[in-house]
Amino acid sequence: MPEWLRVILFIIFVLSFAGLNAAYLVWCERKGAGHIQRRIGPKEVGPFGLLQPLADGAKLMSKQLFLPKGVDPILFMVAPLMVMVPAIMSFCVIPFSETFVAREINLGLLMIFAFASVNVLGLLLGSWGSANKYALIAGARCVSQNVAYEIPMLITTITMVMVTNTMNLNEIVRSQAGWFIHWHIFRLDMSLLMPVSFLIFFVCSLAETNRAPFDMAEAESELIAGAYTEYPGMGFGVFFMGEYANIVIGCALTAILFLGGWQAPIPLNFGGFLGVLWGMSWFFLKLYALIFTVIWIRWTYPRTQFYELLNLSWKVLIPISLFNLILTALQIKIFPWL
Amino acid sequence: MNGTLQQDVNQETFTLNLGPQHPATHGVLRVKLVMDGEYIVEAEPVLGYIHRMHEKMGENRTWAKFLPNCGRMDYLSALSYNHGYVAAVERAAKIEVPERAEYIRVITVELNRISSHLLWFGAFVLDLGGFTPLLYAFDDREFILDLLESVTGSRLTYCYFRFGGVYNDIDDAFIAGTREFIKKQRKRMPMYDALVTKNIILIKRLKEIGPISKDMARRYGATGPVARGSGINYDVRKHEPYSVYPELDFDIPVYEEGDSMARYMVRMDEIEQSMRIIEQALDKLPEGEIKPKKAVKMVKPEKGDYYHAVEAARGSFGVRLVSDGKNQAYRLKLRSPTYSNLSLYGEATKGMLLPDALALMGSLDLVIPEIDR
Repeated sequence: MPEWLRVILFIIFVLSFAGLNAAYLVWCERKGAGHIQRRIGPKEVGPFGLLQPLADGAKLMSKQLFLPKGVDPILFMVAPLMVMVPAIMSFCVIPFSETFVAREINLGLLMIFAFASVNVLGLLLGSWGSANKYALIAGARCVSQNVAYEIPMLITTITMVMVTNTMNLNEIVRSQAGWFIHWHIFRLDMSLLMPVSFLIFFVCSLAETNRAPFDMAEAESELIAGAYTEYPGMGFGVFFMGEYANIVIGCALTAILFLGGWQAPIPLNFGGFLGVLWGMSWFFLKLYALIFTVIWIRWTYPRTQFYELLNLSWKVLIPISLFNLILTALQIKIFPWL
Repeated sequence: MNGTLQQDVNQETFTLNLGPQHPATHGVLRVKLVMDGEYIVEAEPVLGYIHRMHEKMGENRTWAKFLPNCGRMDYLSALSYNHGYVAAVERAAKIEVPERAEYIRVITVELNRISSHLLWFGAFVLDLGGFTPLLYAFDDREFILDLLESVTGSRLTYCYFRFGGVYNDIDDAFIAGTREFIKKQRKRMPMYDALVTKNIILIKRLKEIGPISKDMARRYGATGPVARGSGINYDVRKHEPYSVYPELDFDIPVYEEGDSMARYMVRMDEIEQSMRIIEQALDKLPEGEIKPKKAVKMVKPEKGDYYHAVEAARGSFGVRLVSDGKNQAYRLKLRSPTYSNLSLYGEATKGMLLPDALALMGSLDLVIPEIDR
């Protein structure tokens, strides 16, 4: 396959994957919430309400893109894109299976974190540009939350890079081949606190994507809709898609770093097209199990208070992840054969 | 809410309008906040958005015609309001109430109190960002609404009590249904305990947040769960007994802490106490009439000044009647509990963070139509 065709096919795949995921994760979320709350959820539009996302999309798109009085028009329009585009960009290094990856970049992990940091800038500009006090409070919260949670997340990632010796996501997955006990979460011989690392990483990815119980940017009972308060129609829709794309990226990274990515739990691999399907199905299984957990948490717990959220990061997660980093470094130095 | 973010540059504070349309105020309440960042410098509740002049209405219609208004003030515990008004008129016009009617009143009022507390529980956790308990609470509340619908004919704005009795007798199906509800609800409460009350996030958000001191509660005339959460042991049912409450054995839950958690715990405990009251009342329910033998046709209380208070779900609800001997009131003054409970909001929230202040507002259990009568 020529390189240009491959790139075009991947652009189409990634865009449709991100779009469909956003639309159908909303459906999953509403269905999941419904069943958690002893009701049915969407059921009228199409079988099992499966066409509901399309109806929602049509509604959002047909709404007027209204510019409220006093907003900064450029920032107001650009901000949703700054949340959406970096999230889609990150998909190009995610290995869906051993061969099904747009670009196997050696610094893939670094690239994802670089793009993930743009997300908060988009939210901040959007909330500043809306000239709304609630949005402004949400924007300020967003920044301090993202700064606080990026640190333990990155420290944990450094730990993972130390034990795997690579930043190439596909290499990280390849190093977890074999039975499921070779997945990093079970590799206590690599780092004693591996399950703790997993937990820290997962909690941080919840906070980074502004999901409950850390949904400070939205906080609907306090700040109305937080940073999205003034956004009409598709402006809000794009923010929303960006948020869901970020959830997918966060869960995909968790699956790749700790749960073996596209590796099956048994040492069985196929070549060719069957191998792609086999790898992809395991990857998606892990990915959606994690996403379900995210949804489950949201519909079970109340929201944390903001200073509790920061305390958790600065007083608990950062010290633990630093300790973990030092412990792992010592472990690598003292027992280099493991 | 448009434009000028830069107002008050020198003082570094800004004004934030919380409401009249805001998800946390549960109605058309507006709170004018002067904020320093996320800290509240000053909070001033602005009332009157849905004022409907209920007191004035009481002065220009006959005593009986005012009855339907009672269900439209506190729409969540409408029967307590029915009870307060009816009891005040009965005291003024010296109307005897058959014992069975009194028991039926107590049973229905307590059922209504449970449904009100359940709804509050759900809405309060919703204020804190937890969506699911609301629907669980609605599920339980539905059972009560069905029961009350079967005897009163309506589900929300009841107009069930009459001068000298009640409109409709309760039947065996209602009694069996009520007993079944209590059995079911006793099994549900441990689930709420595990899912919500013992949740670490909820405890961190409520413990030692929004303290209302005993002194502050007294100064503003707070009653009901708000006062009892601040260590004031005051419940009209016990301290100025009316109806058949003296014959029933129940406790008044009082917590000394005065924080949002204390008010939460008071209401959760009151659900159990109300169930105890209902059980005893059902056991003791006498046979007999539900209306006076000689029907009450034209009520004309003697000239005078009368007051009667009842314990509604949110605190003491008092009715003051001034009668000049005609068939309508000369003056009707309604004392609603949340009006007093809300007035301490400005003092209690000084220096508080916005989310904590909203948790405090939720714990006051506001029903706006009752504040703006």
